[in-house]
Amino acid sequence: MNKRTLDQIEPDNSVKVLKVTGRKSSRKRILDMGLTPGTRVDVIRRAPLGDPVEFRLKGYNLSLRKREAETILVEFVGST
Amino acid sequence: MTEKITVALAGNPNVGKTSIFNAITGSKQHVGNWPGVTVERKMGKRVHNDVEMEIVDLPGTYSLTAYSLDEIIARDFIIEEKPHIVIQVIDATNLERNLYLTTQLMELGAKLVIALNMTDLALAKGDSIDISKMQEYLEVPVISTVGSRGGGIEGLLDAVTDELRKTRPTENIFTYDAGIEKRSGEIETILNSDPYFAHYPARWFSMKLLEGDESIIKKAVESDRYPEIREVLDKTDAYSLESRIADQRYRTIQTMLRQVCNINTNRLSGSDMVDRVVTNKYLGIPIFLSFMWAAFELTFSFATPFMNMIDVFFGWLAEAAANAISIPWLASLVGEGIIAGVGSVVIFLPNILLLFFMISLMEDSGYMARAAFIMDKVMSRTGLHGKSFIPLVMGFGCNVPAIMATRTIEDSRDRLVTILVAPFISCGARLPVYVLLAGTFFGRDAGLVIFGLYALGILVALLSARLMRSTVIRGEDTPFIMELPSYKLPTLKGSAIHMWERGKIYLKKAGSIILVGVVGVWLLASIPAPGSGGTFASGEIYGTTNSVIGFTGQLIEPLVAPLGFDWRIAVALVFGVVAKEIVVGSMGVLYGAGEDEESLSNILAAGAMTPLAGLGLMVFTLLYVPCFACIGVIKRETGSWKWTLFQLLYGTTLAWMLAFLVFQVGSRTGLLA
Repeated sequence: MNKRTLDQIEPDNSVKVLKVTGRKSSRKRILDMGLTPGTRVDVIRRAPLGDPVEFRLKGYNLSLRKREAETILVEFVGST
Repeated sequence: MTEKITVALAGNPNVGKTSIFNAITGSKQHVGNWPGVTVERKMGKRVHNDVEMEIVDLPGTYSLTAYSLDEIIARDFIIEEKPHIVIQVIDATNLERNLYLTTQLMELGAKLVIALNMTDLALAKGDSIDISKMQEYLEVPVISTVGSRGGGIEGLLDAVTDELRKTRPTENIFTYDAGIEKRSGEIETILNSDPYFAHYPARWFSMKLLEGDESIIKKAVESDRYPEIREVLDKTDAYSLESRIADQRYRTIQTMLRQVCNINTNRLSGSDMVDRVVTNKYLGIPIFLSFMWAAFELTFSFATPFMNMIDVFFGWLAEAAANAISIPWLASLVGEGIIAGVGSVVIFLPNILLLFFMISLMEDSGYMARAAFIMDKVMSRTGLHGKSFIPLVMGFGCNVPAIMATRTIEDSRDRLVTILVAPFISCGARLPVYVLLAGTFFGRDAGLVIFGLYALGILVALLSARLMRSTVIRGEDTPFIMELPSYKLPTLKGSAIHMWERGKIYLKKAGSIILVGVVGVWLLASIPAPGSGGTFASGEIYGTTNSVIGFTGQLIEPLVAPLGFDWRIAVALVFGVVAKEIVVGSMGVLYGAGEDEESLSNILAAGAMTPLAGLGLMVFTLLYVPCFACIGVIKRETGSWKWTLFQLLYGTTLAWMLAFLVFQVGSRTGLLA
């Protein structure tokens, strides 16, 4: 049971992107930002109010709301 | 004879594109809007090697799909206007994601020159980039620049003029897997045989069709050859292709990067350390609020002495001019109309300059994205973006700079909604009205009443945002996908240019509307009412029942009577559109109390107005038509009279309904009677 969606991953863990689902427009943007299958993503922290969440990928930092993170299917890699 | 060319400046957001633009064009800039939309368009000129370049700053984008207005503008400009050269500014510390845009610019067939910016920071981080190898691989000139210090600009411009002489278009080095290439080839053959498509780069057009880009499919449908194209497309699955194409673009980039550079992946840079504190679970919000408080204090307190000086100066000028002119009506027009009008425009300048200086510091340093990150949860409930928070908070000082500050919001719908609800945030100019009325009618509870009005303003703004977002400005919530860029030291020059630009826009564009409004009200107050027999612009009729404005006030009295207002209030409210604080002064004149607020308060308390009507009047003042300055910037920022009128009607209707509710419910239940 290694497959989860990105919003379920706690900070300080790393995952690999498997698939991006969701509405066409947000899916395309998420892919454009580099969350393509196989990309390693580190979960950095949640915002003080719990949402959005900050991630690190491809050498830069990105934040997504949980609603967007829910559409990203990932595989657990390990803790950072 | 110098040659004239167009150079477009493209790039991701936060890569220092603005500093490159400033370094190239210096002070020769022109800020306007892209035709028909509210996205800002900056242009500038530069002559280099006998070539006159018109530099067009494209909106900062991560990609060139059709999902955001910025991306559509950027790509349409490249396709339709065919700039001679496109300079892409790339952040050297963030190559992989930046080069994703490069792949699309190349597919668009643009003649590309790459400005590899912030190379100093990449070096400091421990990265090494082999620029000549990168150049060889991409087959386009790559010039190292440090935009913040103007480094490398001459070399960049040399590369632009050199590239101009070359006839060979950039070959597309980005290839996809065999399946995609096969379909793309089939479509390109069809495209090349139909003159309808001659306008578009075939390779790019076919890739967009395969990705299922709606606006491109719409264009293709109009061609006679569309059935053949459809046939090819039906053999593919756009859903999986979209992901495959993005994936393969990134793969090609990774392959190249492995050959041309050595990136230090050893993390925890200075930025990460700052973020550990600034976006910390417990410290994040207090730090954000203290920054907001500091920005607010600096903007509004620091500006106060300058505003007082402007006020005194224009007051003196108006009086001096009026005294110097012997024709009474002309003296009044110049003094009370024009000079006072110009004064009411200039008075906001200190606020605007200071606020934009502060905003520029926050944006250039990278803190703005963190502020949005921290506040997004609150704003998302209203259907807005975290970035809407700061303009709304600034509205407590003054709605005019607040509305101008919405420029930091990228999504055009979010921005429009924020502009339309910003006037409901209770600004400083409404406070004198509350102080007078709450003080008169509510004594010890005055503070509570005033607090309630501020809370009402916030509530109305947030609920209205939710309402508009699900009715007139519908459309799915913008996905929140925001980069948190590394922190950078803002430059004084960059912030000063930004501040000056905003001030200029305000004076030029909003100023004229404000002036017309102020002079218009002066005219209404000065023209004698029909049959009154008064003299035009004489002191005796100015603003009284013998003037058009007073006459009209009596005519519209039935409209405001259900709110418990009489004609004097109606007139004061019309004057209030010039500036909200004028409501108090006008009431003083109309109730025969002169300039003395205390005697006005006594007259009102003695029965000229009921406490309920007083409460209703405060609610009305909060929500109805904002001041002329505000109307001016709403028009300027939305670029539309339709939306400006919508705001005025929406606010006034709401003001009327709430004041009606206060007065009617209050009188029937006997509250405050």
